[in-house]
Amino acid sequence: MAFLHAVSTGKSATKSVLKSRSLTPYLLLAPGLIWLVTFFIIPIFSLGSTSTMVRPEGAQIGVYVQELRFANYVDAFLANQDQYIRSFVYAGLATILALLIAYPLAYAIAFKSGKYRNILLVLVIAPFFTSFLLRTIAWTQILADSGPVVSAIKVLPFIDDLFRINNTSTAVVIGLAYNFLPFMTLPLYASLERIDPRTLEAAGDLYANGLTTFRKVTLPLSMPGLVAGTLLTFIPAAGDYVNAAILGNPGTKMIGNVIESRFFAVVDYPTAAALSFTLMATILILVTVYIRRSGTDELV
Amino acid sequence: MTTINAPMPSLSHRASRWFSRNLIRIYAALAFIYLFIPVAYTFAFSFNDAGKSNLVWQGFTLENWQNPCGAPQVCQAVVNSLQIGVISTVLATILGTMIAFALGRYKFKGRKSTNLLIFLPMATPEVVLGASLLAMFLNLRVNPGFWTIVISHVMFCISFVVVTVKARIASLDPRLEQAAMDLYANERETFRYVTLPLVMPGIAGAALLAFSLSFDDFIITNFNSGVVSTFPKFVYVSAARGIPAQAYVIGSAMFFIALIIVIVGQVVSRKRKKI
Amino acid sequence: MANNKVSQDTGDLKLDRVSKHYGDFCAVDDLSLIVPDGSFFALLGPSGCGKTTTLRMIAGLEEPSAGTISIGDTDITTQKSYRRNVNTVFQNYALFPHLTIFENIAFGLRRRGVKDIKSEVESALNLVEMAHLAERKPNQLSGGQQQRIAVARAIVNRPEVLLLDEPLGALDLKLRRQMQIELKRIQTEVGITFIHVTHDQEEAMTMADTIAVMNQGKIEQMGSATDLYEAPKTAFVANFLGQCNLIKGKITSRAGDKATVTAKGLTFEVPLSRVATSNDSVFLGVRPEKLRLDDTGVNSIKNCVVTDRSFVGTSTQYLVRAPWDLELVVFEQNDEGLHDLRVGDTVSLEWDPEHTFALDGAGDINAGADLDDEE
Repeated sequence: MAFLHAVSTGKSATKSVLKSRSLTPYLLLAPGLIWLVTFFIIPIFSLGSTSTMVRPEGAQIGVYVQELRFANYVDAFLANQDQYIRSFVYAGLATILALLIAYPLAYAIAFKSGKYRNILLVLVIAPFFTSFLLRTIAWTQILADSGPVVSAIKVLPFIDDLFRINNTSTAVVIGLAYNFLPFMTLPLYASLERIDPRTLEAAGDLYANGLTTFRKVTLPLSMPGLVAGTLLTFIPAAGDYVNAAILGNPGTKMIGNVIESRFFAVVDYPTAAALSFTLMATILILVTVYIRRSGTDELV
Repeated sequence: MTTINAPMPSLSHRASRWFSRNLIRIYAALAFIYLFIPVAYTFAFSFNDAGKSNLVWQGFTLENWQNPCGAPQVCQAVVNSLQIGVISTVLATILGTMIAFALGRYKFKGRKSTNLLIFLPMATPEVVLGASLLAMFLNLRVNPGFWTIVISHVMFCISFVVVTVKARIASLDPRLEQAAMDLYANERETFRYVTLPLVMPGIAGAALLAFSLSFDDFIITNFNSGVVSTFPKFVYVSAARGIPAQAYVIGSAMFFIALIIVIVGQVVSRKRKKI
Repeated sequence: MANNKVSQDTGDLKLDRVSKHYGDFCAVDDLSLIVPDGSFFALLGPSGCGKTTTLRMIAGLEEPSAGTISIGDTDITTQKSYRRNVNTVFQNYALFPHLTIFENIAFGLRRRGVKDIKSEVESALNLVEMAHLAERKPNQLSGGQQQRIAVARAIVNRPEVLLLDEPLGALDLKLRRQMQIELKRIQTEVGITFIHVTHDQEEAMTMADTIAVMNQGKIEQMGSATDLYEAPKTAFVANFLGQCNLIKGKITSRAGDKATVTAKGLTFEVPLSRVATSNDSVFLGVRPEKLRLDDTGVNSIKNCVVTDRSFVGTSTQYLVRAPWDLELVVFEQNDEGLHDLRVGDTVSLEWDPEHTFALDGAGDINAGADLDDEE
């Protein structure tokens, strides 16, 4: 997962001799960039094109013609605004939850783990290797109505007998936060690890208490990791449909679920495309604003 | 704890002091438990004598581990996933590493747009990546299948490879390459004997990452796979009617294999450093 | 290398009117220099003076904006760094972390297709007394050991010129002293031209035969350590090498072999050979250890007040205020003649004319002071 470190190492990179005046860089770039243009950029345009198509009267299912009908966007949004807004709310909540879990974890690994640091880092990544679908399904069993967690909570006096976790929005948010936790932890660790512990001692020496030290020194210094981690959690979470499908109920559907079912169940490609496009545009705007505001421009 | 004349703190006081001092460690331990509960659950239920639907504990058996291909189609799905993973990893690692070297070692026009093109796929939700690619394949009347999966996996892995390898290149001390040139190595030899070996751990890490992203991908695959099954797709599809315990065996086995690879890699690199 | 003398009379290194510009910034300004074959030469100056750029141009890591560089009769100005027979001991050593010590040293030999690599590497390791470390990796070595390996890796190629870029900067004081002697020994043994870049004046004075003091891309003065210290030609050199008392004054007469300088109504004598300027406005200079707390000499200042004293072992250092706005530093040896003055005591200062020098009085009297601790 070294790529997550990249996010915070970019800035401090030592000045290196950059060679110029040659064709080599373009030859190196060409194959990869052509791949990305062909299978990422063109499809995005293709998607844009599909999004304004219309199904002609009486045509076969799945046949659409281009009529530049931009009203598709309005229709698609109005029909699915609940799921749309829900996606961002869930993704936001999951990101906050993941941050609350990951920050102390990353902090502990960076400053309190001593010689076990590498082992702990491997352990953060390790759950990745069990298929994330299996792990998500495992949560449905663990959080099942008759399962150990719910039964334990029901023992508490003020808990309703109908209390459940499975198939609720809580379960979806927990699942999302769980899924992307390593993506949050590793960039945070990477930027915390670079902090010289002596700067924290210096803050203490200069009359800052624990909380002030954290607020004025640790937190600002870990900002690049925090930005990277929240993005790496929020973006995939907003587009995810697996957690909502497995852990949620019909009332917790996210925009990903709609896109998926429009594509496969309903075979309504224009609506699916319009929704995808809107989702992507919204995320890009949010990401741009977020990066600008947090002052970490060199994310790539 | 060498204070001599200090009054002995009370037990509860000491306990609360220990607690506050170790608060962050306790918290980290809880976070690890949270991370590993589903893994442990998966491992435990891989021994469940459950038959077709692995939902309720029925009793302990080793049969699932002895016969992981026992459930229909599960092994075909795993083989597909492995093949796709390997091909995608090789392609994405080569293409991504080349881009990383161009970005890390050369001055050229269009650097900004290149960076943007690398960043965008990472900032696009998988559902959009999958849907847009499928929309294009459908417009071109290409039937999705094995190779469309490979194409999509290479596409989303490239960016991660670039970022990983570029970070490694950026952390190289430029004086090492200057030293090689100073010691009579021309540009090609400098690359071959100094730059490449030093960037290699980054490339290896990128490849491992690409493989795990590919092997575990469901959303993009689901859009572009047609009738071809992969392991995550198999799990998702069978979730409705109950997942066979063999899938849990494979999930757990992957976990341990990956863990062993990582640990062996660490030990080897540490040994190499010592000799 | 049965005989460690590897230099084979390759000729002097010549820099002829070399300049290096980075945009508007001029790092090296029309610099000309001849380094005699087989000498230990130091480029000394504060950070940003252009010494490292000069070194990198000799190494072939930068190309001069103007001028030529040659060794003997060969022009190497635009030769690629891997083609020129010049090797560098890099700052922080730049040992290849993925190769063993043996392979690090063998690197240059392998690139040039040298036959008997094993014995060459072994004798280089013996030269730096590190033979037992051949199979280790660089990160298992201490700073001092890495330093020696870096020297061995360069010297094994028998370069015509060996460049050392602040080679001792990362070592602690004691190790640095030891390595200074060690490097000097190696240089004497192999007879290669060493060019040593440093901002540490003591280091340069300890090792080099010839020192060039650089400031703002130009060479201020070149000479042996003694020359530079006893007879500096500019205020910058006087202040940068050791401590110096400079008094602003005016030459009132030049007669015979001496000049007379007046400052604040007092007159001082200085040998004409030690007057570095034709200008009459001068800085009169004298080193702190040349001052005596007496009032019998030709050059003296009476009615001074001690404002500070600090005992530093071999000597006591006084800060003494002259009757006008001038503070002088005085070092007094801790021997029988010790005065043991207190702050507030009134004293007189005197020194010999032959320890006096006169510098051009235009420019900054503090140039080069307090610069040597940078970087």
